[in-house]
Amino acid sequence: MAAGLDEPQGLGQHPGARHRIGGALWRRSWLKALAVLLPPTGAFLAVYVAALVALFVSAFWTVDSFTGLTIHHWTLANFRELWHGGTYHAVALRTILIAAAVTVTDAIIAFPFAYFMARVATPRMRAVLFVLVLLPLWASYLARVYAWQLILSSSGLLNWSLHKLGLGSANLIYTNTAMWIVFSYIWLPFMILPVYAALERIPHSYIEASRDLGGKGARTLRSVILPLALPGIVAGSIFTFSLTLGDYITPVLVGGTSSQFIGNVVYDAVNQSSNLPFGAAFAVVPLAVMGAYLLIARKLGAFEAL
Amino acid sequence: MTKPMWALMAVFAVMLAFPAAGVTKQQGGTLNMIAWEGYLQPQWVTPFQKSTGCTVHPKYAGSSDEMVTLMRSGGGSQYDMVSASGDASLRLIYGKDVQAVDPSKVPDFKNFGKTFQSPPNNTVGGKHYGISLQWGPNTLMYNTKKVTPAPTSWSSIYDAKYKGKVTVPDNPIQIADAALYLSKTQPSLGIKDPYELNSAQFNATINLLKRQKPLVKKYWATAGQEMTMFKNGDAVIGASWPYQTNTLISQKAPVKDLVPKEGATGWLDTWMVSAHTKNIDCAYKWLAWVSTPKVQAEQAIFFGETPVNSKACPIMNALAKGSCAQYHANAPLKYFKQIHFWKTPIADCGNGQKNCMDYTKWQQAWTNLKG
Repeated sequence: MAAGLDEPQGLGQHPGARHRIGGALWRRSWLKALAVLLPPTGAFLAVYVAALVALFVSAFWTVDSFTGLTIHHWTLANFRELWHGGTYHAVALRTILIAAAVTVTDAIIAFPFAYFMARVATPRMRAVLFVLVLLPLWASYLARVYAWQLILSSSGLLNWSLHKLGLGSANLIYTNTAMWIVFSYIWLPFMILPVYAALERIPHSYIEASRDLGGKGARTLRSVILPLALPGIVAGSIFTFSLTLGDYITPVLVGGTSSQFIGNVVYDAVNQSSNLPFGAAFAVVPLAVMGAYLLIARKLGAFEAL
Repeated sequence: MTKPMWALMAVFAVMLAFPAAGVTKQQGGTLNMIAWEGYLQPQWVTPFQKSTGCTVHPKYAGSSDEMVTLMRSGGGSQYDMVSASGDASLRLIYGKDVQAVDPSKVPDFKNFGKTFQSPPNNTVGGKHYGISLQWGPNTLMYNTKKVTPAPTSWSSIYDAKYKGKVTVPDNPIQIADAALYLSKTQPSLGIKDPYELNSAQFNATINLLKRQKPLVKKYWATAGQEMTMFKNGDAVIGASWPYQTNTLISQKAPVKDLVPKEGATGWLDTWMVSAHTKNIDCAYKWLAWVSTPKVQAEQAIFFGETPVNSKACPIMNALAKGSCAQYHANAPLKYFKQIHFWKTPIADCGNGQKNCMDYTKWQQAWTNLKG
């Protein structure tokens, strides 16, 4: 709209008005910002936030079990059932614990890898490693989980290798351990990339300074590199934690008899019992967990590394 | 447009107009149908549309619960027909989502086995809420190399002998399988019908399933998943459908299935008509069409299930040699008697006390079992 200033008079029907608007936008830059930001913000509020609000609101409704119709009557019945149902505690706890285990595992694996990429590898090597990290993301999520099914199954690659080495066999497929392994593999790139970004930003002079002051390798790592990389690790953990927390496919494909995640219970509530309100109520739990997690992450300065 | 193009267009226009205009102008209509995938194949839908002028719009559903939800969507007027399984049909009948139909308008009805004319999952109070379509048993499948001697009883999936190599479907209706087993092994519980359980019988059944859980490798979610488990050796015995056995055998896997001595549960699908349909004429034409021996045989072979029309047998054998016997389409009445077809568990189970566990309770118990 500001371009209207340069147009010759008489072309528009109300050149005066156009000039005034253009001028106003020019003088008050916040007005221009508002005009630019309003459409995307509006769309964000209408589509994204509204969906979350609708989810939250429907959590306070119930379903008539016989007719399957939603009863639009405010009640805490769904939350009461969640609070008192031991199964739901177990499911929520399992989901959170496995998400935490996956996050810790990924952090431990990702740090040395990212350190090598950022500070040791030659530029050419770094490019190759980048491709290797990102390559799995180009393959379908399902294909990767199925690949692990083949690796972990009774007659799979893992047992075949163990057999060749004379180490007996591991029964990993369809267990919670299998879920932990598969999740750790699938979300690893989301940890490596932010940690790499954080490590790459550490000026070399800091490390030299540490050495000049007599800091050995371990001391430099502990007192200089790790604190500076922490925001990157926390940023990565937001991805690995939330992605695991919301998943419901891997538990179906490689989980065992006691492997339900929150997402599976929500899916069954909606698709098996036609009980959307109960599913919505349970879906509030990961939202609350993630909210708390993000608050802690902000305190640790994770958002500066994003 | 050039002249030849116009000519071509004209030919197409005539071709398109012909079946609609020439055959049955006044009878045409639209049927919006909810069905299992594979139930509305062009093989038998296209000839139906040609001969009746009724257009079929398929909507495939993935579960019985989804079918019920769809039938109720938009006030129930969105869909005209549904191919409901027994665990959905009673919900639709008691929810007044479907209407009673007159079997005398379906010429092939008289060729149905007695069991399939008035099964309790689609016939209530003498009224037929739909016409039976196809059925199949839930069988016991096992790896012939790993499971010896061959099993004869469901006890093999409740027995520690195959610990960690057992698989059963991830479906609340699976509770009925355990109840059926208990009805034979613990007669003192007094279970007469595996879908009608009072709270004592229900708790005993759930306890059996809890004891079974440590033996189970995985509750399978899809037929494909169970086949993968058998192929990879992660399961050697489990509850199954004939479809998995037939597919695995065609892939040269060493498996067999049987209906154990306690009998088995089974599914029976029914084409039902919405209470709010505006195309009742087309709906009756469809009911008559899918009941004919030829369509029954075609669908049975395509999907791997058993037709209810006893005249379909020779056509099945003509389409695929030996398929009639393979799917038990010619089995004696004795065979059906041991199959307890799925039906929705409801509180009012005929004892006048309304104290049976309804399907919601079954779902809750199943969720809690999985933990």
